[in-house]
Amino acid sequence: MRRATPPPRRTNESGDRSVTVKPSDAPRLTRAVDGRLLGGVAAGLARHLGLDPVVVRLAFMALSVGGIGLALYLALYFFVPADPVEREGREEPGGPDGQSASRDRKGRDISQIIAYVGLATGLGFLFLLFGGVFDPLLWFVVFGTLGGVILWQQANPSQRDEWMTSTVGGAGAKGVMRASAGVLLVVVGVIGFLVFQEQLQNARAGLTFAFTVLAGIALIAAPWIIGLVRERDQERRERIRNAERAELAAHIHDSVLHTLTLIQRRAEDPREVQRLARVQERALRSWLYQRPADAETTVSPALERVAAEVEEQHGVPIEVVCVGDCPMDDGLAAMLRAAREAMVNASKYAGTDAVSVFGEVDREEVLVFVRDRGAGFDMDDIPEDRMGVRGSILGRMERHGGTARIRTSPGEGTEVQLCMPRIPEV
Amino acid sequence: MRSAGHAATPRSADVGRVHGVADENTHPSDGTAVPRVVIVDDHRLFRSGVRGELGDAVNVVGEAGDVDSAVHVIAEQQPDLVLLDVHLPGGGGVEVLRRVLAQHPQIRFLALSVSDAAEDVIGVVRGGARGYVTKTISGRELADAIVRVADGDAVFSPRLAGFVLDAFSATDAPPVDPELDRLTQREREVLRYIARGYAYKEVARELFISVKTVETHVSSVLRKLQLSNRHELSRWATARRLV
Repeated sequence: MRRATPPPRRTNESGDRSVTVKPSDAPRLTRAVDGRLLGGVAAGLARHLGLDPVVVRLAFMALSVGGIGLALYLALYFFVPADPVEREGREEPGGPDGQSASRDRKGRDISQIIAYVGLATGLGFLFLLFGGVFDPLLWFVVFGTLGGVILWQQANPSQRDEWMTSTVGGAGAKGVMRASAGVLLVVVGVIGFLVFQEQLQNARAGLTFAFTVLAGIALIAAPWIIGLVRERDQERRERIRNAERAELAAHIHDSVLHTLTLIQRRAEDPREVQRLARVQERALRSWLYQRPADAETTVSPALERVAAEVEEQHGVPIEVVCVGDCPMDDGLAAMLRAAREAMVNASKYAGTDAVSVFGEVDREEVLVFVRDRGAGFDMDDIPEDRMGVRGSILGRMERHGGTARIRTSPGEGTEVQLCMPRIPEV
Repeated sequence: MRSAGHAATPRSADVGRVHGVADENTHPSDGTAVPRVVIVDDHRLFRSGVRGELGDAVNVVGEAGDVDSAVHVIAEQQPDLVLLDVHLPGGGGVEVLRRVLAQHPQIRFLALSVSDAAEDVIGVVRGGARGYVTKTISGRELADAIVRVADGDAVFSPRLAGFVLDAFSATDAPPVDPELDRLTQREREVLRYIARGYAYKEVARELFISVKTVETHVSSVLRKLQLSNRHELSRWATARRLV
């Protein structure tokens, strides 16, 4: 069902929010085109007042009992302008986007109109039969109908599912409450109706008989019904388990089996095999243990991701250990780029088969160490193609207020030490 | 090659053969016998892989693929060291530790796992393992780690060092027992070097201390990790399920 645009009521909830709200947020009174049933008067009014259109429509219907509602509706229809924006949308015949066309088609919801017409007709008949709102008989009929509606709603598959499972689970306070309210209303309606028809005496014998029979049937059927419910529950669980298994199988198939096939085909290339295995291992690990919430917003997962990317590109395993965590900021992002450069250098030039990365989030600073046990080099004669060390690592860190140290000498391996002060938390 | 099923009751012929190898295979340098090792892992392929990689560095006297057979084989063989997988059918590595250490507290365990989950790592170390390495470790490094643990020292992988640093700094709550619940400045330094990928020898050189001192520090950290009963430790490990 279409709802009115955000109710202006919301702006009053917090003081600071109402300051930022623009006047256009409280909708002008117009006749709605989107979501209208007849003339769009009720929908427009609902949007203007921040109410559910159903409430407004029922109010109109109730007022129509004395004829006022009808007059008011007609008056509003003639005096309130129609929604201008929607009008423009409608004036484009067969507009380029299917959205305006579909909105035009769905402008009036037939089933809703039928419901309201049915309601109005029902009310009319009731008034014809009982001659006024104050006849108690009318109210008992209304009670009975209301209870019936509530109970029948349980027949709605999704709602019934919810109700059934929660009954079995023992936590269905809502469903049970709804059901007992429905039963109570029906009982009150039926008995009240009988009382006021002064036929209770006659009906009592019949009622006793009916209750006895019903109780007997319930006694007989209860075990069977309970069994049915249990079976159903088990079926549900089985279904869920099967779905999980299917998902798992699909995942394994898409990732692991695929990689294994690739590995078999690339068996002659050990480097490629190792790369494939590492990539798959990481993918599987992250699938198994991933914490979804903080994927990119904090240092530790970001460092792991950077290492994973470099490893994938260069095929050298990078072991990441990270202690502590903190939110990312510009300086830390720069540090991660520097760390990435250091990892790339280690992978490309060190000629080693492992790189260790250690990140530590301290109270005041964040440290990252990138270490390899490879060839090492002499800082004084860095070759031309390794100017990245000065520019991308040392320079970048200094520009962002951090420091970088490189410890290396030929044959001793290399360790790049990066340090970036943390922005104090407010 | 032995199959997993035979591991529960190693045939005497097998054991005899392995013993024969051990008798003539001794450390070239100091003459002491190589450590006698039992491998406990539910993947037969992995067991034979480790066996092959270790080669002559250790003497594999038995294998097991689940908790019950592991307890049985260990009790029978009385090895110097058990290479223990964390995930095992029948209760996991922790269960093996619990049952074996109650009877044979002198047997040393080195945990070996594909899992990097903090829960597993901390759990098995607190269960009594004297070290934790991942299965990606090279054969030579594994042999070193085995010798080290068999000698009574502790073996920390970079990741385990990171976990310990994290776990001991996870809270600002005052320690229940300051002796056990806090790392000293020196221990922290040593752990940080290990987490950075330094070998014990390299750590010793960096800190101008002897390798023996590094080993002492690491063993002391291990003791704290095992004995400290601040519940933050286990809670931390459970809360942090990620690699």
